[in-house]
This record gives sequence, structure tokens and C-alpha cells, in this order.
Amino acid sequence: MELCVEAALSAIADAGLDKSDVDGLLTCNAMAQPYMYHAEAMAEYLQIFPRYCLSVGAGGGTTFSIVHHAASAIVTGMADVIVIAMADSLRSGLTRDQAMQVQASTGHPQFEQPYGPTVPAYYALIAQAHMAEFGTTPEQLAGIAVACRQHASLNPAAQMRDPITVDDVLSSRLIADPLHLLDCSLVSDGGSAIVLCSAERAADLRHSPVYLLGAGEGHNHEHISAAHNLTTSAAREAGERAYAMAGLGPSDMDFAQLYDCFTPTVLVELEDLGFCAKGEGGAFVDSGALAPGGALPVNTHGGLLSHCHPGNPGSMFALTESVWQLRHSAGDRQVADARCGLVHAQGGIMSSHTALILSREAA
Amino acid sequence: MNAPQASRIMPPDTEISRPYWDGCKQGVLRLQYCSDCDRFQFYPRILCSECGGRSLSWRSVSGRGRVASFTVVRRGISPAYPAPYVVALIDLEEGPRMMSNIIVDDSQPVAVGDTVIVGFQPWGADHVMPVFELDKVSR
Ligand SMILES: [Zn+2]
Repeated sequence: MELCVEAALSAIADAGLDKSDVDGLLTCNAMAQPYMYHAEAMAEYLQIFPRYCLSVGAGGGTTFSIVHHAASAIVTGMADVIVIAMADSLRSGLTRDQAMQVQASTGHPQFEQPYGPTVPAYYALIAQAHMAEFGTTPEQLAGIAVACRQHASLNPAAQMRDPITVDDVLSSRLIADPLHLLDCSLVSDGGSAIVLCSAERAADLRHSPVYLLGAGEGHNHEHISAAHNLTTSAAREAGERAYAMAGLGPSDMDFAQLYDCFTPTVLVELEDLGFCAKGEGGAFVDSGALAPGGALPVNTHGGLLSHCHPGNPGSMFALTESVWQLRHSAGDRQVADARCGLVHAQGGIMSSHTALILSREAA
Repeated sequence: MNAPQASRIMPPDTEISRPYWDGCKQGVLRLQYCSDCDRFQFYPRILCSECGGRSLSWRSVSGRGRVASFTVVRRGISPAYPAPYVVALIDLEEGPRMMSNIIVDDSQPVAVGDTVIVGFQPWGADHVMPVFELDKVSR
């Protein structure tokens, strides 16, 4: 709770607001310290009294799903100034086995969990299917982890900053074939928050705002055994809806922050979000596009793979990073002249997808 | 190093799934069948998820299928699951897809597209789970 409160206070101060200006509060529950009514507990802790107060749980997809909901709440007049704050302490608050088992409980209790799938195993099923269908290689998956680490090495806040090579990934321990340890994201403590309000309200705040130009969701299944397609996800619909709302397309994006709980997630998202054709994700990685200075820098903060992964709040860091990139205040890792970026997250096992398009320009 | 079966994850008992588990105890894989649209479905539901019909009955199926995807879990979910073990998605001949284990020894590599056949494994004191083996004839 303290981590979440600190994050909220930082965001409110950064916006030049006072906590009494906040009339909307959106949070997600923490695994390490769960509350029955998390958002209410948080409002009480801060002694703020919002008219819109909700705790949302959509796994890793929570962050951007919340932004989508918050934007709708502002448009429909449910709130004017919304703080979105999330934090969890998977590293210090849970044992590694506890963290693993909490997350593996996403499986179907009758028809999946008894067979002992771990979280990496679920994503390994996607990787294996992509390899069989399109000839994608473990080296190409490893290339995603390498690119994220290149970005992280430029970010003083990243948890893992030492450069790695494709060989390092492939010689790390196999966790669930074909995924190696370095294909898997981190286990971290962390918290982050943003302030969302209308463009009019933002005009007299401290910083020039970053605009939300488009948002879209796609939902296809909960359980991986019920997915209609293992290698194409509802990120496709999420992306199409977000691009349509923004009136922009994949080629307009100067960077992308893609959900990277495991390397194959990024591979499928690159294709589904239109950055390359279906099946060509591996070749796109080989081209060097994802790295700093590449055609499409991906996860410029280092992502869940190298920056940090505190569970459901993980994508909040992709969001705050995008704000810094679009304010041109990202330091050594600044994407030159960044105007637009896409952020994406998914929850469950490639189940619920949200894509947002952010820009430093109002339209 | 055989871990005690009792601490494996047990599927919770539900009324709608009981014919499935009863079938497993008898060594038969049964799925729900919709006679309105001539289609099998898995997992069991109160309606046919395709046509919305309620004309569902339980029918035995061949127990044969193909590997849609698989992974070798190298770090087990708990001590009751000694690694390595194979978790796979199986496309049954009759259409539906299900998750299961493929029981192999280390010398048997699994590949997407392999033909598999169902077997039944005791799971704790009074439960039986369907698992699969590679169909040696087709290899
Ligand atoms: Zn039907």
C-alpha cells in the first residue's frame, strides 16, 4: 500500500495538482498485500474522497484496460481528474514458489491446472506453435530479450542492465521448452502512477500533456486450451480499434511498448499489431528493428524482461516511460523526435488485450 | 523420486462435469455432443457454445488426437510434479482441443502434429485423469 501511495503522490505532484483535485481513483489489487476493497482502502489512506473509485483486475492487461475505462469516465463526466496507481511486491512479499502458483492459477481448475502447467509453460505452448507454423527459431525469440536488455542498459532505473547476447539467452537454463530463463520476465517490487484528465483540464497544468488518441480492446478466451488460434491473438482487434480511433496506423508509431512477460508474447504482438506480417515476427526481430535506434524501438525502458515486473502493475512502467519519451525527457534512451507511440498489454494467457496510442500532439 | 500423488492438483467436483470424470474412471473418454448441430464440445457447458442449443448428451470418443502444441516443463509447479514432464494441447479427432500430459520417457521427443492416444492415470485416492501417449504405430 505504501508503494502505491508513494506512486500516486509522485504523479499528483508531477502534474502540479493537489490531492484534493483528484475526483477519480483507479487501482488494482496487490498479490503480496491483498485488500477486499483496494481502491477504497487507498482513498482512505490518502484521505481523498473521489466520486469515481474502482479496483480493476484483468491480469497483466489491467493497466491499459484501466486507462481505457478512465478515459471513458472522463468523456462521460463521471470524473475530471483521475489518478491511476498500482503497486505490488512480488519479490519481497511472496516466495518465488508462491508467486509462481498464484499466477498459474489462471489455468482452468478442472481441465488445465491438474496437469501442472506453469506460467512459462502456457507461453511456451504459444512459442512452440509459432515455431511449428512459421519456422520461428529460439534464436529469434532470444533476440527480443537481447533488445530489451539493450534498452535497459540505457535506463538507470532498470533492474537488469548488463548487456546479454543471443548465446547468453540460449545457454541459460531451459524453463519450459523452448523458453530459457532469459526468455522470462523478472520478479520485482514496484509501483507507478499517472494522472489522466481532459485536454482542456490539462492545459493549465505544469507539463505539456501527452494525449491519448486511441484505445482499443480485444478479448478472445480465458484459457489457452480454449483459444481459437495459438499464433494470432485478440491484440489484432485491440490494435485495429485503437488505430481507427486515432486515425493512425502502425507506420506512424515511433516506438512501441509491448507486453513482454515472455519473449513469444512480443513476437505475436508485433504481428497482430501490424508492425510486420503474420509469421514474419522472427525476421522482424532479426532486422534489428526493436533495438535502440532501430526502425521500431520496443520497450525503451527495458520492459518486463529487463526493467521490472511486479505483476499486474508491470505495464504501468511502459506507460510512464511512454510519457517521458513523448515529453522528450527520456535521457540517454530518448527515441529521436518521438511523436507517437503504441502501448499494449495483455492479461491471462494472451486473453484480454488493450492497445493505446499516445502522442505529444493533440491530433 | 515419486512424489505423493495426494498432493497433485485435484480437479474440483462439479455436477456438469461428473459424466466426464465417471467415464475416466471406467477408462472411457466421453465428451458432450450437440445433436442440433452435430458437434462435440469441450469443456462441458449447459449449452452448445456454437448453436446455443440444449440437446446435449455424452458420447464416447476415439481418444485419438494430434499434438497442436506442447512444452517440456523443466521446473515443476510443485514437488508433486517431478520435472521434466510434457504439457500439451491435443486436438481430438472429433474436433475439440484439450490440455493434457503426454507421458514419455526422456528418449522420446514430441513434435507438433504427432498422433497421440488417450490413457488413464490414477490421480490421488479416487480420481482418474486422461493423459496421452505417443501413438507408436503412426511413428
Ligand atoms: Zn449445437
